[in-house]
Amino acid sequence: MKYLDEYRDGKIARKIVDEMHRIQTQPWVIMEVCGGQTHSIVKNGIDHLLPEGVELVHGPGCPVCVTPLEMIDKAHAIARRPEVIFCSFGDMLRVPGSDGDLFTIKSQGGDVRVVYSPLDCLKIARANPEKRIVFFAIGFETTAPANAMLAWRARQEGLKNVSLLVSHVLVPPALAAILSSPLNRVQGFLGPGHVCAVMGYEEYEPISEKFRVPIVITGFEPLDILQGTLMTIRQLETRRAEVENEYSRILDRAGNLPAQKLVASVFSTGDRKWRGIGMIPNSGYHLRPEFEDHDAERLFDVAQIDTQEPAICISGEILRGLKKPRDCPAFGTLCTPQRPLGATMVSAEGACAAYYAYGRHLQGSGSVDVPVHSIGAA
Amino acid sequence: MCLAIPGKVVDAFDQNGMRMAKVQFGGIIREACLEYVPDTKVGEYVLVHVGFAISKVDEEEAARTYQLLEEMDQLTELMAPVVNERGGEEEGP
Repeated sequence: MKYLDEYRDGKIARKIVDEMHRIQTQPWVIMEVCGGQTHSIVKNGIDHLLPEGVELVHGPGCPVCVTPLEMIDKAHAIARRPEVIFCSFGDMLRVPGSDGDLFTIKSQGGDVRVVYSPLDCLKIARANPEKRIVFFAIGFETTAPANAMLAWRARQEGLKNVSLLVSHVLVPPALAAILSSPLNRVQGFLGPGHVCAVMGYEEYEPISEKFRVPIVITGFEPLDILQGTLMTIRQLETRRAEVENEYSRILDRAGNLPAQKLVASVFSTGDRKWRGIGMIPNSGYHLRPEFEDHDAERLFDVAQIDTQEPAICISGEILRGLKKPRDCPAFGTLCTPQRPLGATMVSAEGACAAYYAYGRHLQGSGSVDVPVHSIGAA
Repeated sequence: MCLAIPGKVVDAFDQNGMRMAKVQFGGIIREACLEYVPDTKVGEYVLVHVGFAISKVDEEEAARTYQLLEEMDQLTELMAPVVNERGGEEEGP
């Protein structure tokens, strides 16, 4: 299986890292955007392979993490209602709200169902006309075409008992928000590969130009991440700021046009609150007025919920690349994946949960001498 | 949860007015919607995210990516229950 080894070949990895050493003349801070990339980096110890001075910080690209607590509480309030079948991707079930999680609600008799595809909700709705089927529509642009199709089909079929609780977030406005902060440290981005498989990368070009930052659309395999990082360093060292595509075997500049078309027919962009970060202008999808009969926020009279996040949690600073999980006094002690205090610990793709899963809470702070097992071991 | 999983299209058909497929992921077969990659043919490989094909991939890419996702424990979404046409749940695949 020669091709299986290619993308984690130790010799190729070494060559890429050698090239980084050769061209790098000063420290650089690079943010990977996607939670899948964060997971891959921490699992494979990629950040520890890089030359000293090249720092990877972990971005806000985990949709489960950035779903605001108020929205989770709203979901729970709806899921508790006896006439509701509440459907969700599995990832959201363990995320705690102010009072328990969806599993708790299920154990107390709520009809909470994990679905593989949003289209499963249509089957459940047809079979349960007396029930109200509510789907928790979270995700980034990768997930939007699937969720948009649910709304589109429900309207087309006249399935009045299907609605979506929409908490969709978008990557480019988040990058602009990070770069606009006076505290910003990020000088280049590894762009999210699978998000761009849907959306293409044209919309990243004005951001790269305006803020003078390289954005390299990158896959999530170890050699992708190393190659994307090298391409970013190369741009930084030569004072270029462009959008480049490391992941051209999967995507092109245009992305998936049929998917974009349906997403645009169902959703419009508007302000959205991100857990840990706060409101980011135009950073979310909302259902268009034509779909208001399928908008759970409109259909269910859930009172405005005020929530309080623990003051000790620094997830907002982690999501913006200002801090690392081990800068947090609660990391691995008060805050664990079993009892998460904030955004970056609630899902396996959050930076804190990834650090925890691979034992980084057990290392002395500042330690970087982690052996790299995975790369080249295949 | 934003990573798409590669699989092989083993059957393609129309259902309720939508282009659908059966896609094989390792030893698991699940339904996926082909509306966004409508020219996909049986035998081709696609990247599937939450039941929707979002792009085509070649066989080598598919095999390598699948193995990496498996190692990263990123295949759990495939284990979600199968919802049958009567709206009932069957065991996960």
